[in-house]
Amino acid sequence: MTATRQLPPAASPLNMGEPDGLGFFGEFGGRYVGEPLIGACQEVEEAFIDAWADPGFRDEFLHVLNTYGGRPSPTTECDNLGEQLGLRLLLKREDLNHTGSHKINNVIGQALLAKRMGKTRLIAETGAGQHGVATATAAALLGMSCTVYMGEVDMRRQALNVFRMRLLGTEVVPAMSGSRTLKDAVNEAMRAWVSEVGDTHYCLGSVMGPHPYPWMVRTFHEVIGTEARQQVMDLTGGLPDVAVACVGGGSNAAGLFAGFADDPEVRLVGAEPAGGAAAGRGVPAIVHGMRAYFMQDEVGQILEAESISAGLDYPGLGPEHSHLAVTKRAEYHPVTDDEVLEAFQLLSRTEGIIPALESAHAIAWVANNAAELQGQTVLVNLSGRGDKDVEQVQEILER
Amino acid sequence: MTTASVAAPERSLQSYLTERAGRGKLLMPYVTAGVTPDWLELVDAVIDAGADAVEIGIPFSDPAIDGTTIQEATVVALEAGMTPAAALQQLKSRRFGVPLIAMTHYNLVYRYGHERFAADLVAAGGWATILPDLPFEHAGEWIAAADAEGIENVLLAAPVTSDERLAMVVEKTGGFVYVVSTMGTTGARAGVDSAATVLARRVKSITDKPAVVGFGISSAETAVTAAREADGVIVASALMRRVLDGATVEDAAQLVAEIRAGLDAAYATQDL
Ligand SMILES: Cc1ncc(COP(=O)(O)O)c(C=O)c1O
Repeated sequence: MTATRQLPPAASPLNMGEPDGLGFFGEFGGRYVGEPLIGACQEVEEAFIDAWADPGFRDEFLHVLNTYGGRPSPTTECDNLGEQLGLRLLLKREDLNHTGSHKINNVIGQALLAKRMGKTRLIAETGAGQHGVATATAAALLGMSCTVYMGEVDMRRQALNVFRMRLLGTEVVPAMSGSRTLKDAVNEAMRAWVSEVGDTHYCLGSVMGPHPYPWMVRTFHEVIGTEARQQVMDLTGGLPDVAVACVGGGSNAAGLFAGFADDPEVRLVGAEPAGGAAAGRGVPAIVHGMRAYFMQDEVGQILEAESISAGLDYPGLGPEHSHLAVTKRAEYHPVTDDEVLEAFQLLSRTEGIIPALESAHAIAWVANNAAELQGQTVLVNLSGRGDKDVEQVQEILER
Repeated sequence: MTTASVAAPERSLQSYLTERAGRGKLLMPYVTAGVTPDWLELVDAVIDAGADAVEIGIPFSDPAIDGTTIQEATVVALEAGMTPAAALQQLKSRRFGVPLIAMTHYNLVYRYGHERFAADLVAAGGWATILPDLPFEHAGEWIAAADAEGIENVLLAAPVTSDERLAMVVEKTGGFVYVVSTMGTTGARAGVDSAATVLARRVKSITDKPAVVGFGISSAETAVTAAREADGVIVASALMRRVLDGATVEDAAQLVAEIRAGLDAAYATQDL
């Protein structure tokens, strides 16, 4: 390793610091990949450490996020819904980013890194299609070719995003194995990466996978928490009591939590889909290159997640979240599909903001727990907008 | 609670393979446990056809290192209800004349419990494991448990593995060095990547441990090419393809017999 690590001040082990040399956050993480991918992961790690220590790279990253991605995203005080629930509700508006979700932060970071590494091609997995669209967008911007793997079931659920990716010049390949959803798209992308490591960067879409991905993806999303912390201070003169985000793999939550992990008075809450509650129903497993919480059967076969939102349809939880769950620095709670549908409509009606079904999980947790949160300042990461979900919700509500 | 039939020190895959490699090229077919109801007969048949050892694939829900054929075999076996415990139990019901090697993803071993898996594997006739998603950095706990039962853990080397890392793989591997022939997933290929020859040569230049080439061996011809610089070959997807396409045990084992004959013909006259 040539470069020294120059990351934001290292936090205490309880909080969100750097992983150890083997990529572990506590007992979670690591690099459980086949020998053909070890070198590729090392190459990404070295390139990331080197780039992040380079102020020129960071400036370029922030420049693209600001002038292209639409950052900083605002924090909105929601008086109507706040009053109805009896609390002070603030939304971090990642839904206003270019391509409609937080995913663009990570993708811009990784695409710039890939360029710096001399790669000409990006591959990615996608669930809802948001990460795929964001990757396709970055590829178009930076003149790279791009292939996105997507579960065949998800391709049907999110047909519009498939079309968007194709419009952006990306090839979309159906993952036909297993449950044909996000976890299978990850398997497919890893398989493809093995044979293409020379010119291809695997642009993983959440805080998961082999080291350095969980750490790198969180780092690229820290801008969410950093901005939000300042914005909440400006709006309220203090810190929030609670910071809430939905959790699939956990990238938007990791970005938000990073801004508050060193403020012990801020409660960190992740809202999981009841049908994919890796923290609630999972046990540690080794899959997708990492040791982390996964829903699995008694012998260790990974179960299929079942959620109304394709973006949260993942049976696992990133290693840093697994660690935060064990150390209890963050809490993870399930919400049901019905509660999510309620929250989706509630925010639309009261605030004129249609949330992504994923983000509606965080709203649903707040609504469910309003009694306990009376008078508190609650910050929700609105990770994405609901345009992609309107048709699906219409079908459900009108059937 | 160990039911080891051979005392640990006597059972050494590395010595066994080294000795066999002195007589001819090694041939190790792979069979997914539960791919057919008569998969145990298939194991017997490939041994009769000339296998030096047999790899037993224990099916995992998310086989990220496998290509389409092994994925398909995995789905069929899982749908038939195959589990790690059932695979080991069924193997235990028979005696096989050659060493068995369990090949699976690490999560199944981890969930089974390291000590228990090692003990049950020995009872089933297993000598070694191949866990491709468990790099040596993370293998400490498994290796400790395996060592206690005399189970060897085979490590893989890939064409992109650096010289520095290859030296560590070669030092830490048990049984033999699994030479991954190509940068890709498991799966039969029409030709053998020249990367396989280069890698086998690199391995043999730094160790006396057997080097066996796997991934992509589909015929006697590809086996002969792949084995040139190595001690032998592994045949997985090509065999499972036949089985999945409905071949009888005899027809499937015929592939192994052909490869055995091809290897023997090509290398018998040489001073091995
Ligand atoms: C809007 C939105 N939020 C959240 C997620 C879940 O990802 P993560 O848990 O990594 O934030 C997705 C994934 O597709 C998404 O599109």
